[in-house]
Amino acid sequence: MNNSDSLRHPPIPAPHMLDTKPSVPYRVVHPEESEQRRTTHSGLPSVANPMLTATGLAKAYRKHQSSVPVLKGVDFSAERGKVTAIIGQSGSGKSTLLHLLGTLDRPDEGEIAFDGQRIDCLPSRQRDQFRNNQLGMIFQFYHLLPELTLLENVLAPAMIGNGILSYWRNRRQIVERAKHLIELVGLSHRMKHRPRELSGGEMQRTAIARALVTNPSLLLADEPTGNLDQETGRTILQLLRVLNREHGLTIVMVTHDESIAQQCDSIVRLKDGRVERLTAPILRTTSV
Amino acid sequence: MYKLLLCLRYLRTRWIALASIVSVTLGVATLIVVNSVMDGFTTQMKERMHGILSDIVLETRSNTGIAQPNWYEERIRNRLGDSVAGVTTVVTLPAMMTFQHNGNSHTQQVNLIGIDQKTYASVSDFSKYLLHPENRDQLDFLLKEGGYAPDRERMQPSGWEYRRPIARYRKLVNDRVRDGRTAEEEQAAEKSRYEALQQQIQREQLQSNTAVTESQSTNADSTDPSAPANSTTPAAPSTPDDAATQTDSSVNSLMAGPGIVIPNKAQQVLQFDPEKEQRTGIVLGISLGSIRGREPDGTVQDFFFLRPGDDVQVTFPNAGTPPRGIDETFTVVDFYESKMSEYDSTFAFVPIEKLQHSRGMIDPRSGIGAVTSIQIKLKPGVDLNTARDALRDEFPPTHEFVEVRSWQETQGPLLAAVQLETTILNILLFMIIAVAGFGILATFFMIVVEKTRDIGILKSLGATGTGIATIFLGYGVLLGTVGAGVGLLCGLLFVWKINDIARVVEWITGREVFDPTVYYFDTIPTIIHPFMLCWVTLGAILIAVLASVLPSIRAARMHPVEALRYE
Ligand SMILES: Nc1ncnc2c1ncn2[C@@H]1O[C@H](COP(=O)(O)OP(=O)(O)O)[C@@H](O)[C@H]1O
Ligand SMILES: [Mg+2]
Repeated sequence: MNNSDSLRHPPIPAPHMLDTKPSVPYRVVHPEESEQRRTTHSGLPSVANPMLTATGLAKAYRKHQSSVPVLKGVDFSAERGKVTAIIGQSGSGKSTLLHLLGTLDRPDEGEIAFDGQRIDCLPSRQRDQFRNNQLGMIFQFYHLLPELTLLENVLAPAMIGNGILSYWRNRRQIVERAKHLIELVGLSHRMKHRPRELSGGEMQRTAIARALVTNPSLLLADEPTGNLDQETGRTILQLLRVLNREHGLTIVMVTHDESIAQQCDSIVRLKDGRVERLTAPILRTTSV
Repeated sequence: MYKLLLCLRYLRTRWIALASIVSVTLGVATLIVVNSVMDGFTTQMKERMHGILSDIVLETRSNTGIAQPNWYEERIRNRLGDSVAGVTTVVTLPAMMTFQHNGNSHTQQVNLIGIDQKTYASVSDFSKYLLHPENRDQLDFLLKEGGYAPDRERMQPSGWEYRRPIARYRKLVNDRVRDGRTAEEEQAAEKSRYEALQQQIQREQLQSNTAVTESQSTNADSTDPSAPANSTTPAAPSTPDDAATQTDSSVNSLMAGPGIVIPNKAQQVLQFDPEKEQRTGIVLGISLGSIRGREPDGTVQDFFFLRPGDDVQVTFPNAGTPPRGIDETFTVVDFYESKMSEYDSTFAFVPIEKLQHSRGMIDPRSGIGAVTSIQIKLKPGVDLNTARDALRDEFPPTHEFVEVRSWQETQGPLLAAVQLETTILNILLFMIIAVAGFGILATFFMIVVEKTRDIGILKSLGATGTGIATIFLGYGVLLGTVGAGVGLLCGLLFVWKINDIARVVEWITGREVFDPTVYYFDTIPTIIHPFMLCWVTLGAILIAVLASVLPSIRAARMHPVEALRYE
């Protein structure tokens, strides 16, 4: 990726959020954060500057009489400006946890707080708004809308967040930002293409651009490299790392790949519906 | 915003959904065509019926009729005041019409209507349906020289132009005897034969006078019972000359001898001469005197077996108790063509005085003729039912045995039948659209299932349930609008070109779609009501929207996580 120049540009704030959204200065990296990084891998759930915290999360899938408990009291915390990995075997409830954190589902028990405010018990409309404004999500299967072009896919969250009128009024800024993000992920030349005309890596990069178009403070990634070959996966991870470093984006990433997890700032290990242990990455130095 | 975008994209990429909307298109187009044609028919028919019938009719079923029509008319005018445009009195009777054609006698049942030709045209469009232009101005029940509907080849010649040669020919035929001699020759022959007979009788009488005893004895011998009769026989010879002269004179007065000339002249004066005279005029419904058929080249024509100038016999009941049939001969003076087959095949109009006179409906003291019904025409804008109710109030059935009916009630069953037909067709066709609605429902459910993951994605991007429901509802509206819109255009186009289309179908199938021998219209009548277009189109859109409501709700309720997990 040789577009590091563009990465240095400060992200253009989405215009519609300038006054509505509580400013989350994810690109402002606090000087003390680098200090804290060393003290947070103590395995304690309490971190100095958490953006997202969850306590005692429980979730069971019920069908008729039987109930499948997936999460049985999970404590979780993602530090502002850091990359947190959630790791565990397949079926250990990683995606379930991520969906709960992303307010796509409600926990049976426990609390989730974003910036100190509970988000798990918000009315659905506000949760929709929260997802649109504060969260970006990327998935293993990219989940792009097949009918829309790359540019339209990236614009979709901005369209959803704005009414027709406000979208129309701000369309130039919004489109400019979308194009900037597409440039950032290196797909400027594929703007008019449909997702099925793109490769997996390109689709995932599109998904990343889409996730960032509303200028969120938190990115939730569910096995973003799970469906990609190693080389492509590495460029995606690199892109995420750049976003984290240069723009201070907080990332929570689900993976089942130990080596990927090791590159993150902290790791949450799930097993049998509980957090096994909270560890700091061993291979700190081998980061990209 | 995304909703609109996605709607349009779905519409563009999901042709199968468009296929499901085709039935809506067809339904809408059919509904428009059917309604336009039915409306066209109904309106034409109503117009004609209303034209033929006066607004309100006061009718009695009594055989003798209403004896004081003037008094009734006065009451009607008092009651309705300014709203009356015209009143006329009418005598209607069931009757039987007979005429000769091709040597055969034909009998038909008719509604004999005695009309006052001066006022009848003021209550209905009677005059404009007559064929002769002068009769259209004012009917006088007199046979015209000619000029009846010159565009009808099969009707020419008519009037006196027709009656004169026919009468002359008939006379010729009647005068001619079988062996080809003329009437004069026949008369002369008859005369000589009679004279011969007379001479023979005289001779025989002379002989019998001489041999009377002889013959009497033989008579008495041969037949005993004739004996009493013989007592008169001798008296006969007593005045042989008397008897001879008597017979002679009577014969002379009839046909024999030179005396034939004078009575013959008197006869000519009294005798009805069809070459120069007509009977009382009668106006026949055109189907009474013609049949509709085709020329060898296929064009539709009326073929006339009766023409203006022909005489017909009409038998109708008189006003006595019990009524007896009376015959009258009338001369057809015109035809009446309202293009309503029911009327054209039964109506026969004659002067009312003639009917009143022959039926004995005229009061000998006052000279006023009774009538069986009084017809009223209202001024435009006057409410029909209000006027009718006022008259019903004026002539309550408890006191007067007259029935007050508006023209719509007179034709109530027919109008109701047409109305019912239209309603049923509409219901059936809307059922077709409803079936299309279920098709849309199924298709939409499939699309929602197919789009499960997209729905999850949109939700993960922060789309609300209502937003997602709006996508699918909007999709339904779009499809419905497109389907109904195309249907609307097709329907209008079809109605606009319906006669051309009928011709093309005729040409392809070789069968007549719209047979003018049946319908009296040469083109299919259509009327397009904007209101009808609106409700048909909106109804179809509504059905499409309703059909997309359930799938939309399902899409909105979809759990984002399950939708995302959906493969
Ligand atoms: N809708 C559901 N109904 C029942 N069980 C479910 C449902 N969704 C997930 N599960 C179960 O929950 C467990 C955790 O799933 P998931 O969070 O997807 O695991 P991971 O992402 O770690 O592979 C699995 O055992 C799965 O079978
Ligand atoms: Mg998973």
